[in-house]
Amino acid sequence: MRKQLNELNFEFRADAPKDFPSEFLHYGVVGSGDMEIIMEKKPLGGAVRVKVLTPVSGFSEVWRRVLGRFVNDTRIGNASIEINDCNATPVVGSLRLRQALSEIE
Amino acid sequence: MSETKRWDLRKTDYLERMSGAAPYIRNGKVVAAQDVTKVLEAVIRPFDRVNIEGNNQKQADFLAEALSKCDVKRIHDLHMVQSAVPLAVHLDLFELGIARKLDFAFGGPMAGRVAQFINEGKLELGAIHTYLELFARYFIDLTPRVALVCAYEGDASGNLYTGFNTEDTPAITEATKFRQGIVIAQVNRLVDKVSRVDIPGEWVDMVVESPGPFFLEPLFTRDPAHITDTQVLMAMMAVKGIYQAYGVKSLNHGIGFNTAAIELILPTYGEELGLKGKICTEWALNPHPTLIPAIETGWVRTIHCFGGELGMQRYCEARGDIFFLGPDGTMRSNRAFSQTAGHYAVDMFIGGTLQIDKYGNSSTATANRVAGFGGAPNMGCDAKGRRHCTEAWLKCGEEFVSQGEYLGDMPRGKRLVVQMVETFGEKMAPAFVDKLDAWRLAKNANLRLPPVMIYADDLTHIVTEEGIAYLHKCRGLEERMAAIRGVAGFTEVGLSAKQEETDALRKKGIIRTVEDLGIDVSRANRSLLAARNMYELVEWSGGLYDPPARFRNW
Repeated sequence: MRKQLNELNFEFRADAPKDFPSEFLHYGVVGSGDMEIIMEKKPLGGAVRVKVLTPVSGFSEVWRRVLGRFVNDTRIGNASIEINDCNATPVVGSLRLRQALSEIE
Repeated sequence: MSETKRWDLRKTDYLERMSGAAPYIRNGKVVAAQDVTKVLEAVIRPFDRVNIEGNNQKQADFLAEALSKCDVKRIHDLHMVQSAVPLAVHLDLFELGIARKLDFAFGGPMAGRVAQFINEGKLELGAIHTYLELFARYFIDLTPRVALVCAYEGDASGNLYTGFNTEDTPAITEATKFRQGIVIAQVNRLVDKVSRVDIPGEWVDMVVESPGPFFLEPLFTRDPAHITDTQVLMAMMAVKGIYQAYGVKSLNHGIGFNTAAIELILPTYGEELGLKGKICTEWALNPHPTLIPAIETGWVRTIHCFGGELGMQRYCEARGDIFFLGPDGTMRSNRAFSQTAGHYAVDMFIGGTLQIDKYGNSSTATANRVAGFGGAPNMGCDAKGRRHCTEAWLKCGEEFVSQGEYLGDMPRGKRLVVQMVETFGEKMAPAFVDKLDAWRLAKNANLRLPPVMIYADDLTHIVTEEGIAYLHKCRGLEERMAAIRGVAGFTEVGLSAKQEETDALRKKGIIRTVEDLGIDVSRANRSLLAARNMYELVEWSGGLYDPPARFRNW
């Protein structure tokens, strides 16, 4: 039996957001314990929309906090983020998001 | 007239036991492998204290097997006093009724069975010790009557060559023999002349050549291929925020991947920071293969080893300026001395754990496993008997703000005791918890105290991917708890942190984040490792390191 992937959707809005500084960015690989991130500039009235595909159930709240803090700390806005997760811990999640952003900064 | 008091009862008892073994002893002190069980039945009495040598590395496995074949009607209710119980046969002795009580330091893979047997009433637990503490009790109230030890070579006079894996043998044989106990050694080879006398023949009563070499566990081998980017990040943080900040020269590393990552970024990141010769020069450490690149690039001056590590023997012998070698040219480890060195003579202990509670107590105990901690607590504590000064020790003492509450204006140094954990471990288990599982284990296994590896009052630093908490800089428990919450990430403990509180601690330098440390996260990846897999370690060693088969993945 194939395990169903969970789709999680979030929207965040930082205080005084800055426009996402790149048209398109791909970072990371969907290896075990890791994840890939696709970030795109999108006019969302300053918001950031995130879709997470993950095999892990029950960690939606943790994802919300990891992503929320990333958006608040970096103050990015007008972006859509897609994450394909393969059992990454929140630690890896935070690290990959920060590393992805440092690719363009 | 009163009866003359006798003072030689132990000697008399010894001679009586040995006379039972005499028919099996030939050619000096040699016993044939097939006679060993009969010999054990002759020299061991019910309720005796017996030691089977074995720690987290080498094992007197043949003698353990032989003991398990004894007639339980003759040999029963033994009190086992030994470093570790990692082999199935160690627990079989309790199942069979040959053994009854256990005093030990490390459970390893049998930790679950220890807990289960305690519950089922098959095993009475004396105490879980640290290595030095157990060795100490061998000379006070837990002296073995019979010790079953192991060596690479033995001769007919009883001389033993324990070489690279000398480990616990000197401590056990000295305690046993000088209280008129009986020492039996299994040796891999009976020889005419041993390579070096590590244990003098007078201390050994019988020698048996075992059918196969003693079991040896490569416990300290970490394949660099499994080191993650997060571990590289934390290694960078530790090197900058602790090693460099304090000038840590003498130290011990735990066995995890976090510290393996540190060893592997010394020749890269450490070099960049200009730290060679300023940090990590003297070690109490097993021969970690992951330290090879740092040794080869001239970082390390000396290493004293608790034990040997499978595959590292030739490398150590070829690096005589670094390791402790005998006149014969082979290394000698010694657990008792290395633990003493780790307790008194190192600036820092750094290692991992499974859980840290909100106060800073840490433990690797889980609810159903009596695992023990081996030697970690001997190094993961402040050595109160220490008097000599080093820069790192003095600086940590100066920063230890609550010291004055006990010492007034008297200055004193402090050992750096560092726990390095990712906020979430395997299977998303949080590393920070409200209450340690050790409490549940204490209840399940009927222990008097929850087994704690490092107590909060000894812990000076926590490193997580979120930041470093400098706990000894905190004033009182409330501030320390806030500092712990501040680096606990998205665990429940971490989520209870208040932003203003964490920010204030950052201002005071009690918490330092990746940004505070000035670390570029984009560099936190595996390319910073001096060796990325086992093969590269072999290359660094110039072919001298010979990894065990299970690590030969190229």
